[in-house]
Amino acid sequence: MPKTLTVLLMDPPYEDERTTTAFRITDAALGKGHNVRVFAYEGAVSLTMADQAPHPNPVKGTSVDDERHPTTKDWASALFGSADGRLEWINCGLCVDERGAGNWIEGPRRGGPADFTAWVKSSDATLVIPTH
Amino acid sequence: MGKYLVIETRSPFGSDEVLGDYETAGGLASRGHEVTLFLTQNGVLAARGTSTAARRLAALGEGTTVLADEFALRARGIGTDELVLGVASADAGRLVDLLLDDGRKAIWR
Repeated sequence: MPKTLTVLLMDPPYEDERTTTAFRITDAALGKGHNVRVFAYEGAVSLTMADQAPHPNPVKGTSVDDERHPTTKDWASALFGSADGRLEWINCGLCVDERGAGNWIEGPRRGGPADFTAWVKSSDATLVIPTH
Repeated sequence: MGKYLVIETRSPFGSDEVLGDYETAGGLASRGHEVTLFLTQNGVLAARGTSTAARRLAALGEGTTVLADEFALRARGIGTDELVLGVASADAGRLVDLLLDDGRKAIWR
């Protein structure tokens, strides 16, 4: 029977392996048919910024295609694409405003701590992944 | 009694707090709680049989389920045949099952 998992993220992209682990957990939960709600707080609101772009490595003389850098917005897009409506994503509005990080991929919506509280109350489990 | 999931992302070689986390997991188990310690990220470094922390994990394994994330193991070149006795490999799906197990409290470390 499908359940609902809420995950709170705080890390900005490209900082810590916690982000990768969180995406893996989300992917695995969706793969098992569960519903996942992601609440992106503080730096994590930049995970879904549409303006992210991979880059070449001029030191090595490699191109964008050579490097094949993954971007977190592409990972998030892939999750939305495979979720069939079972992934919800809220970016903390005040955190977005502070960072000027309002241009997102399709999928996330703006919210606040009250939304997180409501999700915690209505989910089967909540995983808080704090920054250390 | 309660059910707990302790997700350990750090190695005891990088933070002294990790040994405290092992003690917490063991302490909960000794009081009759059902405890799973799930090692991921650098947390799996302690699970290699030749590591100096392996003995502590093996001791925990007697009263606690200790699992090591197979993705993190692969990323660090640790084979499942290198794991200390009492530690088993597990995938992200198993972690999801534990997270969504009714009544289980999850602690991310």
